[in-house]
Amino acid sequence: MVQITFIENNGTVHVVEATNGGTVMEAATKHNVPGIDADCGGACACATCHVFVDDAWMGKINPMGTMEESMLDFAEGVKPNSRLSCQIIVNEDLDGLVVTIPASQF
Amino acid sequence: MAKSIVIIGAGQAATQAANSLRQYGFNGKITMLGDEGIAPYQRPPLSKAYLMGEIEIARLKFRDDDQWERDGIDMRPNAGVANIDRAAKMVVTKSGEKIAYDNLIIATGSRVRKISCENSELKGIHYLRTLAQSDALKADLDKAKSIAIIGAGYIGLEVAAIARKKGLSVTVIELAPRVLARVATPIISQYFENLHASHGVNIMTNCALKAFGGKDKVQRVLLEDGREIAADVVLVGIGIVPNCEIAIDAGIICTNGIDVDENAGTNDANIYACGDCTNRQLELYGIRMRLESVHNAIEQAKLAAAHIMGAEPPKLDTPWFWSDQYDVKLQIAGLSNGATQHIVRGNIADNKFAVFHLNDDNRILAVDAINSPGEFLIGKKLVMGSAKIAPHIISNLDISIKELAALAVE
Repeated sequence: MVQITFIENNGTVHVVEATNGGTVMEAATKHNVPGIDADCGGACACATCHVFVDDAWMGKINPMGTMEESMLDFAEGVKPNSRLSCQIIVNEDLDGLVVTIPASQF
Repeated sequence: MAKSIVIIGAGQAATQAANSLRQYGFNGKITMLGDEGIAPYQRPPLSKAYLMGEIEIARLKFRDDDQWERDGIDMRPNAGVANIDRAAKMVVTKSGEKIAYDNLIIATGSRVRKISCENSELKGIHYLRTLAQSDALKADLDKAKSIAIIGAGYIGLEVAAIARKKGLSVTVIELAPRVLARVATPIISQYFENLHASHGVNIMTNCALKAFGGKDKVQRVLLEDGREIAADVVLVGIGIVPNCEIAIDAGIICTNGIDVDENAGTNDANIYACGDCTNRQLELYGIRMRLESVHNAIEQAKLAAAHIMGAEPPKLDTPWFWSDQYDVKLQIAGLSNGATQHIVRGNIADNKFAVFHLNDDNRILAVDAINSPGEFLIGKKLVMGSAKIAPHIISNLDISIKELAALAVE
């Protein structure tokens, strides 16, 4: 199991267990973390699972695909460390990953 | 304040209702009554990645099985409901158990519309709505060489794409003159007809089904015009029917689904309804209708939970839909009914374009985006804002989609 920390925009912290091979989005929805609605369930169709990845982890997560890149280009409040959490695949190296949920998703 | 909330159903809307109640701070008892024998899961992949065998059931589930209990949700997957006793504020299950509620949320969803013709009960004739149905179809697809698909809606076309990927020969039979006739405009229909034809699917429009043929299992489809299509397996995808019988029996007002107000409330102040089983007012378009979509299930569930908890209701979003077929992602924002102008932005031959649907006043009613997420996301905002924009601006690719958004008049 891999531990992932989600921080809401109001500072509330949720530490949850994620499954290897699953996605960061799934870890959030399976534990009812507010702010990650994931309307499309991970099909990269809705941009409702946008997160800011803690800088220390940016080099360790899988790179963006073209669909994700295009979706993010038009999402609200995008920053250089923005990702769609449904496209980040969980593996052992991500144990301790910290992501913040944008205010626009509340 | 409510102490006990019962949710009838265990799909997308039911799950969101439970989640939102907890997120809005409800600490009382939540009971979810499902009847599929399995904890809640996502349905959209059942005709896409799951049918292809690319993802497992564990990833479709909204929660791990033990997580429901940890979140204090009494999730019962084998508790079909017999009736609602509104006077006693109780739900009675088919096994006779009575469960009291302060608030009830009906999220019973929908079921497939069945076909009735000669031999329509033969083995090998499938429908697709539930996990069990997807598993059964998948098992047959893996043995079959050919499939006939009755109905060219999203389900039919998504399954056609998967069946081609699995190497089956595929025939799609549609009564209407074009595919996706009920949900998309002619430009999009034509695009998908060409897409499927280019992948080797035989699409037959204007074709009425007469009967099925076969001995122990289906072997062929018989059309009204006398033609016969050989098929090892058949999928019927001709729409859904809202599950609102228990609501009707309880005297809850239903007209093609359960009538709900802007808070997802019914004519009983203690009872809410959300998702496919409802019929709602869409102020954006000034119409009342049934929306069959994930977005609708989630939005109405949040509205119900917020109203029960006295919380500020969530912002409404443009109704939206998506479909994945081959390497094409279709995203639709809004409803194009009533549009009089259909403006293409981009080149259809590039498999990357969008169609903006406008009324006579150039107001954007809907946007269909093919492999164009920017047009979809910007379009969704423009539709919600009832924005107006001139057709020649939409079709001008020298104007970026972000610039286009800035030129729109609200």
